[in-house]
Amino acid sequence: MAARYEQALFTPGHRACPGCAASLAVRTILQASGPDVIIVNATGCVETFTTPYGYSPWGVPFIHPLFENAAAVASGVEAALKKKGLADKVKVIVIGGDGGTLDIGMGSLSGMFERGHDVLYICYDNEAYMNTGVQRSSATPVGASTMTSPAGQAAWGKEQPKKNLAAIALAHGIPYVATASIGFPKDLMRKVRKALEIHGPKYLDVHSPCPIGWGFDPARTIEVAKLAIQTGLIPLYETGYDLPLKSRRIGTPKPVEEYLRLQTRFRHLFENGGRQHIAAVQAVADENIRKYGLV
Amino acid sequence: MVEQNVSKPTGIATARPARGVTSIMEGSMAVARAVKACRPDVISAYPITPQTHIIEFLAQMVADGELDAEYIRVDSEFSGASVIGGASATGARAYTASSSQGLLLMTEVIYYLAGTRLPVVITGANRQVSAPISLQPEHHDSQSLRDSGLIQLYVESAQEAYDTHIQAFKIAEDHRVLLPVMVCMDGYILTHVFEPVTIFDQAAVDAFLPAFDPLHYLSPQRPMTFGPIADETNSLEFHFLIQQAIDNARGVISEVALDFQAAFGHYHGGLIDAYCTDDAEIVLVAMGSTVSTLREAVDQQRKAGQKVGLVKVRCFRPFPDEELRLVLQTARVVCVLDRALSLGSQGILAGEVKAALYDAEQHPLVLGLLAGYGGREVTLETVQQIVERARQAAESCGSQVGLDFIGLKPELLDLPRTTNGS
Repeated sequence: MAARYEQALFTPGHRACPGCAASLAVRTILQASGPDVIIVNATGCVETFTTPYGYSPWGVPFIHPLFENAAAVASGVEAALKKKGLADKVKVIVIGGDGGTLDIGMGSLSGMFERGHDVLYICYDNEAYMNTGVQRSSATPVGASTMTSPAGQAAWGKEQPKKNLAAIALAHGIPYVATASIGFPKDLMRKVRKALEIHGPKYLDVHSPCPIGWGFDPARTIEVAKLAIQTGLIPLYETGYDLPLKSRRIGTPKPVEEYLRLQTRFRHLFENGGRQHIAAVQAVADENIRKYGLV
Repeated sequence: MVEQNVSKPTGIATARPARGVTSIMEGSMAVARAVKACRPDVISAYPITPQTHIIEFLAQMVADGELDAEYIRVDSEFSGASVIGGASATGARAYTASSSQGLLLMTEVIYYLAGTRLPVVITGANRQVSAPISLQPEHHDSQSLRDSGLIQLYVESAQEAYDTHIQAFKIAEDHRVLLPVMVCMDGYILTHVFEPVTIFDQAAVDAFLPAFDPLHYLSPQRPMTFGPIADETNSLEFHFLIQQAIDNARGVISEVALDFQAAFGHYHGGLIDAYCTDDAEIVLVAMGSTVSTLREAVDQQRKAGQKVGLVKVRCFRPFPDEELRLVLQTARVVCVLDRALSLGSQGILAGEVKAALYDAEQHPLVLGLLAGYGGREVTLETVQQIVERARQAAESCGSQVGLDFIGLKPELLDLPRTTNGS
């Protein structure tokens, strides 16, 4: 086993939960990028399960700054590489969770996009603050119950739709914006490679199911990830300032109920009076299917 | 007989100091010229009064091709501090400047920079913190960062600002230190005033300040993990090492000041600078631009036969406890002029001076005075008033010791109060 992992850029032995999609995402991203990268990682699950002092699974240079400044620190790393004449040899990748990206890190991320730094920003989107114990983020989908948007007698979970950061990223006029899923690792690898070939700021959102936070069997991570795509709830596409929208077709969409039923965060929708809320979630999928041309 | 600058070391064997060109310039330009001479790789810039002229001058130098640096126009001071952190971690020399709210917005990052041992240099153009919003000089902004691991040097003139910025990079990047350094200068009084400043040859600055030689940095050639999680088994040791580094800085700051004197002929003190303190009964203690006014006031008092001395606290972090003890313990009264008040406690510098004197053999009376607060002018008359209070306090054996709001206007406190109508 040791020999097999000798050359690995992200080794086993870290402390991710069983069935963690974020750890699979990181391994897949590094498999695609190769060793000539510097990783900047916002505070969150990945940072927590990979870097207890004295241990590190990272076979590439890695820096964890704060929760909300990874994009700005990456800007500084890129500027330093440029000044040293290393910008063509070493690429900068940010890895951040949805809280660190869509919420608290939004300002510094927008600044990084606007200034045009040659950085690939990857958000592993597990749709809530998982590291602190499953609290609602702006990436949490409508209807999901979390510790701070709990379902109860007078509430049906999160009331607002998921924030569309990919659209916000695209509004900056950056050259490459894509969404991916850990359910489709080859597609993820292709998008990472493609992004790294393009100069300028790039944004890649990787949908990453969390067994603990979403409430499903850790053995079914990939199945849940695939269902999110197959229902149309998460559209897979790539685009950019000068690129046409290219979506991944999903064939005949599966009803959202198949996806929702597997997760305890949506259990309340199947109890008395929940049908209208399931219909609201189905409407999100239908809208995505129409808007992104998924069928 | 007035002894001039007693603390200045003399008789240092050296080659002839470098020659410079002296001209009249704005304090902000002096800083920009110093930063340029230090050849920073990365500069981050975000406007805030009264710091803005510094980054504007640097922007023009980059635009004119005189300065080869990556100049990053950031989206906030928070990002500004983060950008120089990322650059420094990648082995680049990095710089930024800010004031007031900007320094407070940087606070979280500044703790990170010190904890990750990233030797950046920051100019803190001191300005009051809201509310009320004001552009005037005060030390709340920089002093609120006193517990972060950031080294803080306060200057009294545009020349000292120029000289200290060149020293700052050398102190920060010393392998015994590896901590961020902030050079603090009073807004307007130092940033916007035109003074004669001597600018030295690039070759002389290069000889004094070698290229940044980082101990650890991000590189695929030698992958390292920065920013790990500490816990109860190792966190204490991390902080022990940071404390050791900032303690090492005491010696390094003094050493670099002497090296600078040998190379350029200018000396502004090490951790402190004492003036006419040997026989002084009353010693004034202050930081920043007030000090230059106090020098003249001390000369005036001495001419009138009063044994008044002055101590400039040049380095606020690490705090010069030992140096202050030695120079202050023989005085009868120590008057600390503060530009910052820890609300609910006392003047910040006064509190620290008192703590330093706790271990002294003799204990002078310490008066805490808010002078120059919110930019209110400190004049020779103000100093006369302070010396008078010190004399009264000495006579009454300290019965009136307390916080003194110098020049408080009672008429502004008597505004009629209105109810909220409920």
